[in-house]
Amino acid sequence: MSPPFCSVRNLSVRYGLEAALKSVDLDIVRGERLAIIGESGSGKSTLARTLAGLLAERARIEGEITWPALGQAPLPGRDFGFVFQDPGTSLNPVLTIGEQVAEVARRHLRLDWRQAYVHAEGLLDRVRIPQPARAMRAFPHQLSGGQRQRVAIAAAIAAKPALLIADEATSALDVVVQAEIVRLLDGLVREEGMTLLFITHDIALASGFVDRVAVFRKGELVEAGPVRSVLSSPAESYTAALIANHRDLSTKPLITEVVS
Amino acid sequence: MNGPLTVDALSKAYSSSGRRVAALDNVSLTITAGETLGLVGASGSGKSTLSRVLLRLLEPDAGSIRFEGEDWLALRGVDLRRRRAHMQMVFQDPLGAFNPLASVASVLDDPLRIHDIADRKQRPAEIAALLERVGLPTAFASRPVRTLSGGQRQRVAIARAIATRPSLLVLDEAVSALDVTVRGRILELLVELQRERGLAYLFISHDLAVVRAISHRIAVMDAGRIVEEGPAADVVTAPRSDAARRLIAAVPRLVTEPA
Repeated sequence: MSPPFCSVRNLSVRYGLEAALKSVDLDIVRGERLAIIGESGSGKSTLARTLAGLLAERARIEGEITWPALGQAPLPGRDFGFVFQDPGTSLNPVLTIGEQVAEVARRHLRLDWRQAYVHAEGLLDRVRIPQPARAMRAFPHQLSGGQRQRVAIAAAIAAKPALLIADEATSALDVVVQAEIVRLLDGLVREEGMTLLFITHDIALASGFVDRVAVFRKGELVEAGPVRSVLSSPAESYTAALIANHRDLSTKPLITEVVS
Repeated sequence: MNGPLTVDALSKAYSSSGRRVAALDNVSLTITAGETLGLVGASGSGKSTLSRVLLRLLEPDAGSIRFEGEDWLALRGVDLRRRRAHMQMVFQDPLGAFNPLASVASVLDDPLRIHDIADRKQRPAEIAALLERVGLPTAFASRPVRTLSGGQRQRVAIARAIATRPSLLVLDEAVSALDVTVRGRILELLVELQRERGLAYLFISHDLAVVRAISHRIAVMDAGRIVEEGPAADVVTAPRSDAARRLIAAVPRLVTEPA
C-alpha cells in the first residue's frame, strides 16, 4: 500500500472561540477524486483553505497535516491549484487573461514570457475557451461567468500541479454551465492523473463523478468512504438526510398539479 | 380568464459595446390567482430583466402589462406606490435587500406603515402574527437581521413580502443560496401560503428541479424569448425546445447504485 498523498490527523481549526474544524482525520489518496460535502458552517471550506495554507492569520490550527508524496508542504501554484467559487474576484481585473495564465507557467515551469504565452494559449484551448488567441488579449470582465471559471481552471493547472482543489467552483454558475465545468474538471484530472479535492454542498453533483466522499457537519467529519457505498448505504443518519433531501425531476412535486 | 397578471409582447434591448442585445424579445405570459408560473433559463436568458420590468424597476421598450385589471405600466407616482403593495418580491440574498443593522421588527414595520396596513398600536401584534406565520419565534422581532441564518432571513423576507397582502409574489432565485434541508422547508412554506391566501407566484430560477417542485406551469426562457411554456409535468417529461432539453440534462442526479 503506497503512502497517502496527504494525511490529516486530529486537525482542529478555531477562529477566536468558534471551532470551524474539530479533530478531523482524513487521508487523501494520490490520483483520487475526493468530494468534501457539507452545508453552510460544516467546515468544508476551512478544510480546503487549511490544506492550501490560505487561512486567515487569526485562525488557530492544531493537529497535523503531512504530505508523504511531496515530502514537504505544497507550494501554491506549483504543487496545487485552487479554484474558488467566484472567478470574478480571484482573477485580476486589470490584467489580460493571457498574462494571468502565462504568469503561473512562467514562474513555476521556468519558461520565458514568450514560451509561457504559447503554453497559456494551449491551456485556454484545453479548457475549451472559444477563440483562445483572442481570449488571451481579453480582460476578465469581457467574459461570462462560466468562461471566467474556465480561465481560473486554466491558471490553476498551468504549472501541472499534482493536486487541484475546487472550492464550490460551480456554485455561482447556472446548472447548464455547472454541468459543463464538472465535465471539464473530471476530464482534466483523468488525463493529467491529478488528485482532485472537490468541495461542494451538492451531494448529487459529486455522486456523478468522484471516487470517494467525505461528509462534514458543524466542523466534524461525519463519514468518509467510496462514493457508491456511502450513497447506497450511508452509515450516518445525517448523510441519509442529505440524500433524502435531494430533489431532481423525478421527485414528487410539493404542489397538487391542478390549481384549486 | 382574468388573472392577476397578463404580460403582452414585452421587449427590452440593451446596448453592449455598440451592439444591441435583446434582453426581452416579445415576451408574453399570464399568471392566474393561486397559481405558480415557474420561469427557467440559463444565465443571461432574460429572467431577471423580466422580473425588474414587472416590478417597475426598469422600463420596457415595448409591450404591455395588466396587473389586477389595471394598465400597470401607466401607473405613476402615488398610484404606483400604492398598487405596489399588491406585487411584492423576494430576492436571492435578503441580506443585500435589508439594512443589515435593522431589527426584524423594523424590516416588517416599514411596509405596514408605508402601505397603511395597520396603525401604530396594532403593528407589534401584526408583526408577531407575520413572524409566527413564517415559522419564526416572535422574540425574533428585536434581533438585528444580520444575526439570522440564511434560511431565517429568507423567512423574514417572505414575511415582509406578504405583509402588504399582495396577490402576486415575484420570487427571483429565492431559494438558490440556501442549504438543501432549509430550501425544502422554505418551499413548503411558500406552498402553504399560496393555498391559504390564493397568492400567485412568478418563481424564477435556473434550477429546473426546484422550479418543478413548486410550479403548476413552466415557461422556459432563452436569449430573451419564451421558447416553451406548458404544464410543469409536460415540460419536464416531454420538452419541445433545445433550451428545455439542456436544462433537463443539466439537473444533477443522485447516483446511488453500485457501479
